[in-house]
Amino acid sequence: MNTTVSGPSPSPPPPPVTASPAAVAPGGRRRHGPPRVRLLTIYTWAVIVWLCLPIAVMILFGFNDTRGRFNNTWQGFTVKWYGRLFQIQDLTVAMRNSLIIALLTMVIAGGIGTMVGLALGRYRFRGAGATNLVMFAAISSPEIVMGASLLSLFVTMSVPLGFVTILIAHVMFSVSFVAVTVRARVMTLDPALEEAARDLGAGAWATFRYVTFPMIFPGVLAGGLLAFALSIDDFVITSFNAGSTTTFPLWIWGATKVGLPPQVNVMGTLIFAGGVVLAIGTAMAGRRRS
Amino acid sequence: MNARLRARLTPYALLLPGGLWLLIFFVVPLVAMVSLSLQQGDIVNGYTLTWHWQTYVDGIRQYHDQIIRSLGYGGVSTVLQLAIGYPVAYWIAFYGGRRKSVYLFLLLLPFFVSFVLRTIAWQFFLSDNGILLGPLKDIGMVPEDFHLLARSTAVIGGLTYNYLPFMVLPLYVALERVDRGLVEAAHDLYASRVQTFVRVVLPLSLPGVFAGVLITFVPASSDYVNASILGGPQNSMIGNVIQNQYLINQTYPTAAALSFTLMAILLIGIFMYARALGTEDVLEAAAR
Repeated sequence: MNTTVSGPSPSPPPPPVTASPAAVAPGGRRRHGPPRVRLLTIYTWAVIVWLCLPIAVMILFGFNDTRGRFNNTWQGFTVKWYGRLFQIQDLTVAMRNSLIIALLTMVIAGGIGTMVGLALGRYRFRGAGATNLVMFAAISSPEIVMGASLLSLFVTMSVPLGFVTILIAHVMFSVSFVAVTVRARVMTLDPALEEAARDLGAGAWATFRYVTFPMIFPGVLAGGLLAFALSIDDFVITSFNAGSTTTFPLWIWGATKVGLPPQVNVMGTLIFAGGVVLAIGTAMAGRRRS
Repeated sequence: MNARLRARLTPYALLLPGGLWLLIFFVVPLVAMVSLSLQQGDIVNGYTLTWHWQTYVDGIRQYHDQIIRSLGYGGVSTVLQLAIGYPVAYWIAFYGGRRKSVYLFLLLLPFFVSFVLRTIAWQFFLSDNGILLGPLKDIGMVPEDFHLLARSTAVIGGLTYNYLPFMVLPLYVALERVDRGLVEAAHDLYASRVQTFVRVVLPLSLPGVFAGVLITFVPASSDYVNASILGGPQNSMIGNVIQNQYLINQTYPTAAALSFTLMAILLIGIFMYARALGTEDVLEAAAR
C-alpha cells in the first residue's frame, strides 16, 4: 500500500482502528447521515429515476387502449396487445430473426471466445500481445466504423447481405467481450488444481472437462449472456450489414416515421422482463455458489 | 507429436477460430474500407483502385461542419456525463453500504431495453404535443410553437442519457478501490472534507475518469441514432452522413473516406489523450 499522506508529523497519527469501509461510510448502519449525504442520496435516486423514465413509459404504453395509428396519448388500460402480440407479421419475423441470431451469436461467440479467453488467461505465448491489442481495438472502435468497414469488405467481395452477414457481424463484435470475461475468470484459477488432476492420472481432456470447465463456467455463462444481450440490442452494425433482412431494432427504426404499434412496447417489455429475471437469477446463483 | 510440442501449440489451437474470425471480419474489413476510400467507380461498373486521395479532401471540405458538430456534441455530452455521474458513483462507492450491487443494477436497468427503443421513448416523451409539452401548452405555461426536439439540446441530452451508465461504472470501480484508510489519515491530519476530496479521493479516482471519458466519448461522437431521432436536419452528425452515403446514396468511396477520417480523428484523439495523461494509466484503466 503506498500512501500519499507522508512527511514528518510531530505526533504520529494513531493507526486506523479499522480499515473497513464501514469506518468511513456508515451508510449501512446509519441510514440517513448528515444533510450533505442525504442530499447526495436524493440526487442519486433522481438520476436513477431519470434513467428508468423511458422504460416506465414504454411499459405503460404497452397497456394503452389506443385506437388510432399513433400510440402516443393515453386512452385507457388494456392487456389486449399481449394477446395480439404476433398480429403484425413482419414484426414477428423481425423478432424471430433477432432471437435466432442472438442465440447463435451466444453459442458461436461463447464457444470461440471462451477458447481465446483460455489461451490468453492460461498460457504465455508469442502473439498474445497482438491478440490483446486487436481485441482492445474491437471493443473500443466506434460501431459505425466496424459496420461500415465490414460492409466495405462485403461490397468489395460482392457478398450478398442478409441473415448470414448479420450473424458474422454479431459474432465479430461480441467475441472479444466473451474472451475478456472468460480471461478474467481463468486468471483467478489456481493452476495447482489442474496439476493435481493430471497427477491423479486425468488426461488433458478429462482435466478440462471435470476440473477447468466447471471452474470457469460462471465466466463462460456471463460471457455468453453478454453476447446474447449485445446481439439482440445491436442496431448500428446490423443496419450496415442486414440487406433486406430485418431484426427487431431495425424494424422499430423503420416504423418510427409511421408510428410504433403497441406490440413493439409489449415485445420491449417482455425482453426487459426476461433480461431482468435472468440477470437477478444469475446473480443469486453466483452468490449461493460462492 | 511429442507432449512438449503439443503443449506449445495448445494456445494457438485455442486462439485459432476466434483469432481468425477477428482477423477476417474486423482487421481485413478496415483495410478493405481504406482501399475502397481510394477507389473510383460506381456500383454498376465496379470500382478500381486509383489512389484517389482527392475523395478525402472533398469529403472533409463538404462535411467539416458535421465532423466538428460530432466532436462538439460528443465532448459536451461526455463532460455532462462526468458531472452527473461522478456524484452518483461517489455516493454508491462510499455510502451504498451493502446494497451497492442493487444501485449498480438499477443504473444498468436501461440496458435491458433496446437502444433504439430507449431513444424513441425520449422522442415520445419530448414530442411537441406529447405527455410533457402537451399539458404545459394547454395551461399556457409554454408558447404553442415551443419545441424541445430538433435542437442541439435534445441530441446532447439523448447522448448523455444513453451513455451515462458507461461513465458511472468505471468511476465507481475507481472510487471503490480508494483505500478508506487514506481518507481517515487525511482527516487525522486535520484536512477538511474538501481538502480530503481534492487531494486524496479525486486524484485516486482519476483512472476511472480517464476510462469513463474514453469509453463514452468515442461512441457518443460517432453516434447517429440520437441525432436522427431527437434532432433535426441542422443537428446531423458525421455518423448520419456516413450512414446516408453508405446505405442510401451508396457513394461508397466518399462514405469509406469519411468513416476512416472519423476513425483517424478518434484514434489520434485517444492517443494524444493517453500521452497527455500518461499512457500507462489510460491503457491500464481501459483494460480493466
